[in-house]
Amino acid sequence: MEQNVSTVSPVKKEKSVWFYAARRWQLYIFLIIPVIYILIFAYYPMFGVQIAFKDFVATEGIWGSKWVGLKHFQKFFSSYMLPRIVKNTLTISIYNIATAFPLAIIFALMINTVKNLKFKKTVQTITYIPYFISVVVLVGMIIQIFSPVTGLYGALYRTITGSSNYPQDILGKPSVFIHMFIWSGRWQGLGWSTIVYIAGLSAVDPELHEAAMIDGASRFSRIIHIDLPTIIPTASILLILDFGSIMNVGYEKVYLMQNSLNLSTSEVISTYIYKQMVLSGQNNYSYSAAVGLFNSLINCTLLVVVNTISSKLGEGNSLW
Amino acid sequence: MSKENAKVLLVKPENRLRDPVEDKVLYFVVNTILIIFSLIVLYPLIYILSSSFSSPIDVAAGRVVFLPVNPSVDGYRAVFSHRHIGIGYRNTIFYTVVGTAINIAMTLIAAYPLSRKDMPFRGFFMFLFTFTMFFGGGLVPTYILMTQIKFINTIWVMLIPGALSVYNMILVRTFIQSSIPGELLEASMIDGCSDTKYFFIMVLPLSKAVIAVVTLFYAVGHWNSYFTAMIYLNQLELYPLQIILRNILIANQVQLNEIVDAELLVRKQGMADLLKHSLIVVSTAPIMCVYPFIQKYFVKGVMLGSIKG
Repeated sequence: MEQNVSTVSPVKKEKSVWFYAARRWQLYIFLIIPVIYILIFAYYPMFGVQIAFKDFVATEGIWGSKWVGLKHFQKFFSSYMLPRIVKNTLTISIYNIATAFPLAIIFALMINTVKNLKFKKTVQTITYIPYFISVVVLVGMIIQIFSPVTGLYGALYRTITGSSNYPQDILGKPSVFIHMFIWSGRWQGLGWSTIVYIAGLSAVDPELHEAAMIDGASRFSRIIHIDLPTIIPTASILLILDFGSIMNVGYEKVYLMQNSLNLSTSEVISTYIYKQMVLSGQNNYSYSAAVGLFNSLINCTLLVVVNTISSKLGEGNSLW
Repeated sequence: MSKENAKVLLVKPENRLRDPVEDKVLYFVVNTILIIFSLIVLYPLIYILSSSFSSPIDVAAGRVVFLPVNPSVDGYRAVFSHRHIGIGYRNTIFYTVVGTAINIAMTLIAAYPLSRKDMPFRGFFMFLFTFTMFFGGGLVPTYILMTQIKFINTIWVMLIPGALSVYNMILVRTFIQSSIPGELLEASMIDGCSDTKYFFIMVLPLSKAVIAVVTLFYAVGHWNSYFTAMIYLNQLELYPLQIILRNILIANQVQLNEIVDAELLVRKQGMADLLKHSLIVVSTAPIMCVYPFIQKYFVKGVMLGSIKG
């Protein structure tokens, strides 16, 4: 429709793209501010990544500091922290995807199966609520609830065992951290994560269900053979995106849930970068940037790899 | 609401296919699991709410399990007379209102041109934006940038660096592309409407629904965010509520001496824990109160986001 609007001559002359661009000049005016914004706040820092290969000195700036090659990467690769934080990051991420992804699908299928509309609405409304709670409040709630002295955990322990002793402080146990992190995440996000699937499920043609019912298919087999295949494409896209951010974990929440006792399992790459930068000052900027770059590169590689595998497996299962 | 359910309701009861036993078992199991999960979601919320209305001594002794014990509003009095919390609230409201306004303006002026398929170099600009979703400079280079442009410890750092979320921008762009018919643009152009005028008289009014959705996304984001403030701000006067919350709830710096109410100070014992419960309620209440009314917009937003393209 575009060029036809005011091209009078029926013989289409090849005009340069600049001619059409000039006619749309107002649209480019709209884009000026967003483009400047994205160049400054997204692309400029990308060029700033070069400090990972330099020794950053504040007075010299990013461009003036001296190149040192892979020095900071070597330091990181030989650091005793590397195996620990990479392992923690991957464990948390994989545990997270392995619980969040299938549970969201199962939960969505269950909500979709409910016949009573009022009950269905109520379940949805209730389970979406925690999504709107901020991480700070969520972690604050965890600390309050699991306090052995004043919290619900302590109160229930005393009620059930009948003793007046306090239970162990589980928030300080390294082995408990990951489960607490993951399952508080499910508590908060499981309901919300079903929305996208329920939207997909509402598009299922009811005639498919009718035909299957006449053929004697049970509700369960209709879930498996009609409902589930409908949401597989959506699910694979979401899974790709999950893998693309596998190294990020919810670092804001991890950071808040950390305490001096559980660091051995709770220190992840992102929190390590932050601490190196903030707590150790400017001498460590280059080192932190190197660790950050390492993190981003793994993410991008994973995203591309998983997307390639997924698009090989079936049509429409790809991000691009 | 699934179409299947709607259709089943139309069939006369006597003509309806009976559920075989197998299905009845399935429905029973499904409903039970859903009820249990709903209760698991609700219980901690009720516990916090009940604790916040209990007396300081009972909270400190951990006697609250379900309903408030010796109901009192001491916790709320403490929250409302705590100086830091007032400051945090004021700042958060400012950041949320001004920040969201900037967000919406930026999102619209970026989404509109990118929704126009007749704009040359559209693909290039689109790539410029989407690439930043998958790769970024990272924390340190961004921090150095903020130092260079003197944003550290200013209100600007809370408003400008997050001015545009590419994800929300694509949401709006997709909406404009898919719900405003191309014929409308054609007709307007024939009538001599300029690209700018078309934006103001056609695109804006027709995109109200999606603007509502992203406004809510941005506003909740501002209300709940703490990491930016933690990195770039270190003055109490600039702190948003979430930082104050973090100091009190997580770092346990309750600073009871900031409570102006003298009568409450006398009962310091147990006050710290009670205050935390009440604070959780007070800080989350604004979102929880509007939640039932805005829920459908959020759901709509997630659904829009799932459309590819």
